[in-house]
Amino acid sequence: MRHIISILLENEPGALSRVVGLFSQRNFNIETLNVAPTEDPSLSRLTVTTVGDDRVIEQITKHLNKLIDVVKLVDLTEGNHIERELMLVKVKALGSARDEVKRTVDIFRAQIVDVTPSLYTVQITGDAGKLDAFLQAMAPVGILEVARTGVSGIARGDKVLSL
Amino acid sequence: MELLSGADMIARFLQDEGIEYIYGYPGGAALHIYDALFRQDKVKHILVRHEQAATHAADGYARASGKAGCVLVTSGPGATNAVTGIATAYMDSIPMVVLCGQVASHLIGEDAFQETDIVGVTRPIVKHSFSIRHPSEIPEVLKKAFYLASTGRPGPVVVDIPKDMTAPTERYEYVYPKKVKLRSYNPVTRGHTGQIKKAVEMMLKAKRPVFYTGGGVVTGKASEGLTDLVKQLGYPITTTLMGIGAYPQSDRQCLGWLGMHGSYESNMAMHHADLIIAIGARFDDRVTNSTSKFCPTAKIIHVDVDPSSISKTVRADVPIVGPASSVINEMISLVQGHKIAHPEALTEWWQKVDGWRADREGKLYEPSKPGEALKPQEVIEALCRVTRGEAYVTTDVGQHQMFAAQYYKFDKPNRLITSGGLGTMGFGFPAAMGIKQNYPDDDVVCVTGEGSFQMMMQELSTCKQYGVGVKIVNLNNASLGMVRQWQDLNYKSRHAHSYMESLPDFHMLIEAYGFTAITVTTIDELEPALERAFADKHELVFLDVKVDPFEHVYPMQVPLGAMRDMLLSKTERT
Ligand SMILES: Cc1ncc(C[n+]2csc(CCOP(=O)(O)OP(=O)(O)O)c2C)c(N)n1
Ligand SMILES: [Mg+2]
Repeated sequence: MRHIISILLENEPGALSRVVGLFSQRNFNIETLNVAPTEDPSLSRLTVTTVGDDRVIEQITKHLNKLIDVVKLVDLTEGNHIERELMLVKVKALGSARDEVKRTVDIFRAQIVDVTPSLYTVQITGDAGKLDAFLQAMAPVGILEVARTGVSGIARGDKVLSL
Repeated sequence: MELLSGADMIARFLQDEGIEYIYGYPGGAALHIYDALFRQDKVKHILVRHEQAATHAADGYARASGKAGCVLVTSGPGATNAVTGIATAYMDSIPMVVLCGQVASHLIGEDAFQETDIVGVTRPIVKHSFSIRHPSEIPEVLKKAFYLASTGRPGPVVVDIPKDMTAPTERYEYVYPKKVKLRSYNPVTRGHTGQIKKAVEMMLKAKRPVFYTGGGVVTGKASEGLTDLVKQLGYPITTTLMGIGAYPQSDRQCLGWLGMHGSYESNMAMHHADLIIAIGARFDDRVTNSTSKFCPTAKIIHVDVDPSSISKTVRADVPIVGPASSVINEMISLVQGHKIAHPEALTEWWQKVDGWRADREGKLYEPSKPGEALKPQEVIEALCRVTRGEAYVTTDVGQHQMFAAQYYKFDKPNRLITSGGLGTMGFGFPAAMGIKQNYPDDDVVCVTGEGSFQMMMQELSTCKQYGVGVKIVNLNNASLGMVRQWQDLNYKSRHAHSYMESLPDFHMLIEAYGFTAITVTTIDELEPALERAFADKHELVFLDVKVDPFEHVYPMQVPLGAMRDMLLSKTERT
């Protein structure tokens, strides 16, 4: 099953490489990885999506927790949560396709954030499934470039991941 | 207020931390530190002949004493030479702090002379690592390093120290930090009471219980408690290779050790048990054989300080995260005053276990006949007699290691010092050196093979410099015996590169360093040679014992089988 694990990580040089290294060292898989500082400059928040059965996920969270730089960790998929990813896509937009692309962008509640005579740059946010669906819809028109941030997430309700 | 350079802070910190010996080798990036060590005399620096030996020596000391070992190496090749020793310590959870010189900060990343990203290189084989970014952080970082290395599940910690951090011209305030705070590191101090209760209930109700205990009991200093608990319950106990001695092997309840080359009775008892009480052991593949066939009828209680060790390879029915010592103590207090539920079942179980033990008695190996080559097993038995089972025994890796573990009887923890997890040839001799320096009045013997010894024999020179009186018993089978055994079993005896064609004359080699060597070829020579070797505690003596090159280590678990599937000799199997 796919899991979204969010980590509060010491904002130290080398901390990220320990997390990434752990995954390759122990043959765990990383589907997406997203990392940025939090409101507390001493902490980064890192979100990783990974796939594995219960045993593997248990090992992943235990080994992550063992890293000295990992301050706190939550498997968001264990409860209700919000998952978001941002994607920027350059798609071909020539002739009749220009309107077609614009319509699809509206359907997906995406935005065109840059235009040239031959292409649109589209910004879209949502869960990974929505982004995949958008790419599928655009494939016939011609996708020129894709930049995805990787999944970020947060628990629904009162639960917070903080110190 | 005291102002010190980074280098002087390091020397001062080591003094304040109570470090007596530091093992190392100098080089450009570490020279400020070496100068600081030179200008004091509390911390003694031992100059090894290869950085790998420095880590093994510190490791040996750490294993014997239970305190963190300390190493100092220079950048680049000095640090990379230490890597094998760091990995060795990591695999066996040994506390160690390795201080590595590094090129000056402004050169980092420029492929400067002797620059290696040692934090990167060692990342997967350390508990944690630090890079010093300002001289003023040295005391705090070192304190954290020693704290991390020796608490929780111990392990090696690397501290990378760019040369400019130790410059004599830059001075900062030095205060020895008495305490450390790490917000993300809080090792558990006790297990979950509910889980412990549940475990004890199962223990009292068990019909065919076995204790299976490991290195965690030794490093966790829980041997006394364990012995108490096991005696109170009257259950059989088997230990891992790393756990040998945590429970006295001469006691009737001890079945020896288990796994690939473990005792027949240990492996049989495990396979047939209905309850396995695992403490400080990690269900390593050299123990379990095929996990899918592992102990089919047993429920498993697993106690470990490291949660990631629990249910890693074998699912635990009752997981308990906590240090062996406190969990065992809680178990003892819960057991007290309670009777086991099925004493008649236990009696029956012991009859079975004793039956297995009796099955193999006197059949473990065939002693040499007059005129035949010595059997390695009889050498170890003689060694055990001569040293009254009280020596610190280090080993290298191979058949001799297994024979040492099988035929020397250990009644105390920390006495068998062996590289169990990484299986590092070359470990034994420097480890013995580190132990002997710290325990000069004890017998310290390295049981080695001619293959392994040649990997670290340059340390004879270090022993000469510091007058280290270790004893070396070289079980010389003129071959990489363990490799050869596997080739006999799996490759139709095609001995690809397992024969040592051009061995040195060990006698001359040892004498070249001014030490005594004794060559032993017959059984009559054996005990007198051992007596002679151990006569003077402070003299290094090397016994070159020519042993039967065709001997195999048995029992040996059959690959992909269950615990009970074993070869018992060249002709028998279970
Ligand atoms: C550094 C290292 N290289 C290779 C091995 C693989 N290996 C395991 S046992 C062994 C043979 C050891 O020979 P020796 O020291 O003579 O011991 P013996 O088995 O003959 O008793 C080898 C090569 C190892 N364990 N460590
Ligand atoms: Mg050999």
